[in-house]
Amino acid sequence: MIEIKNLKKVWEDDGTSVLEDINLTIEDGDIYALVGRSGAGKSTLLRCINGLTSYQGGSLTVDGCEIKNLKDKELREFRRRVGMIFQHFSLLERETVYQNIALPMQCWKYSKEETDKKVKELLELVGLNDKMNAKPRNLSGGQKQRVAIARALTMEPKILLCDEATSALDPKTTNSILELLLEINQKIGITIVIVTHQMEVVRKACNKACILEQGRIADEGTVRDIFIKQPLSLRRLLGEEEIRLPKQGHNIQIAHMVNDIRDGELFGKMSKELDYVFPILDGKIQEYQGDSMGIFVINVDDDHLEVVTQYLDERKINWREMREGMNEKEGETAPCH
Amino acid sequence: MSLKNFTFAQICQMIIVPAFFDTLKMLLISGILSTVFGFVFGVILTVTEKGGLYENVVVNRILDFIVNTIRSFPFIILMVSIIPFTRLIVGSSIGDTAALVPLTVACTPFMARIFQNSFKEVDPALIEAAQSFGASKWQIVFKVMLKESVPSIISGLCLAIINLLGATAMAGAVGAGGLGAVALTYGYQNFNQEIMYSICVILIILVAIIQYFGDWIYKKLK
Repeated sequence: MIEIKNLKKVWEDDGTSVLEDINLTIEDGDIYALVGRSGAGKSTLLRCINGLTSYQGGSLTVDGCEIKNLKDKELREFRRRVGMIFQHFSLLERETVYQNIALPMQCWKYSKEETDKKVKELLELVGLNDKMNAKPRNLSGGQKQRVAIARALTMEPKILLCDEATSALDPKTTNSILELLLEINQKIGITIVIVTHQMEVVRKACNKACILEQGRIADEGTVRDIFIKQPLSLRRLLGEEEIRLPKQGHNIQIAHMVNDIRDGELFGKMSKELDYVFPILDGKIQEYQGDSMGIFVINVDDDHLEVVTQYLDERKINWREMREGMNEKEGETAPCH
Repeated sequence: MSLKNFTFAQICQMIIVPAFFDTLKMLLISGILSTVFGFVFGVILTVTEKGGLYENVVVNRILDFIVNTIRSFPFIILMVSIIPFTRLIVGSSIGDTAALVPLTVACTPFMARIFQNSFKEVDPALIEAAQSFGASKWQIVFKVMLKESVPSIISGLCLAIINLLGATAMAGAVGAGGLGAVALTYGYQNFNQEIMYSICVILIILVAIIQYFGDWIYKKLK
């Protein structure tokens, strides 16, 4: 478990604040996303977790162990339990795939037999048995990242940190890497922390997420909740154009799962049952870990606001009223069924 | 006795061939010594740099200053100005053993810069990756930085060795043996163009061989 309390970091040379008042908890087995725009401090926060960078205030504990207090040798020992992969793979270009994966074990002076066994096992896991003696420059981006994942797993870490690990890959390769990460997460129960600016990575792979804005946590929670609630930080991150909302009536945003074909009947039914016809202003459906989530905006007049919201509340459907792009009145926060 | 009494083949055998081996000996020994010292200083310069593995600005500045100072001496001036030091170490300032001292002193800072520059080119992300799996600082230097920069070091060494060859010839002017001394004393001062130009040809061939060999290793390792 990673517990971060009131974490604060400033750059030593000019004293500008990078991270402030960070509070979050990452449970064992989570796939946790740290998202935000570039410069939001997400990579720095990730590097605080394995002590690659220091922090000035607050506490960051991994399984009860305060990272700030670790001395040189203890820190190295600690890092054995935390694997890390990078945006540009960070492989030794002159070494073969095999040697790259074996490097951490050589540094920790494992026996040749042990190393050999482990490396071959991991090559199997990441599906690169046939590339054992290839050099990284002869591999594709996705294959390189697989090698990096294998290298990160050699010491059987409990936590895997991914720093923009899929940002340099095409969408299809990104998916295959995410599938591999999910597979590893399920197989060995490793906790994964993913830093990314790609929302589809969050949607496809992560169960919890935290949105960072200028070194502060803007929103945090399960990915499902974040996507249902569509907080301002998320909308800013996605950079979506604000739809033009009509001035009259009430604009209601509805987050609704549309997994079953009958789920799509919501508006038809509502209109019929309430005997009221309302315009749909916006609608989109996003995939989220096998679920399909619909986000719709409808416009309701003053007379019907109450019956409509009541109708939605009764069915435990998330809604909120939109006013000039700000979230004002929130509906029931219970997750969708 | 004049050299006129001998054929060119005899001169070759008597003077040029031993001088060639003297040059090779100076080149090899001072080359090895300066590579070793250069490596040590190169590593120190790299790790003590700001943001380096053992950040130490004072050590870095001092070493940087020494390297710059020695490198700013023309070799021939350096050689005569460190004669007392040479005497202290080898007991004499004449001959090819004595020449090893100034040759090594002159070449070491050059080598140090070559190592430093090669290490600098290693992607910092690689060092971070090595830290992320708990490699020690020395493992990072040897298993990551050194390993990754070998081709670049090789081409740098090749450059330095050719430079050193030039320096051995110059050393001939102030008492060291070798091809340079022969070209100057038997060739230039004796108005014997045959000797002088044949040594030039030998030097050209030597440089070509070193460069070719260096390129070949570079391609193999890259």
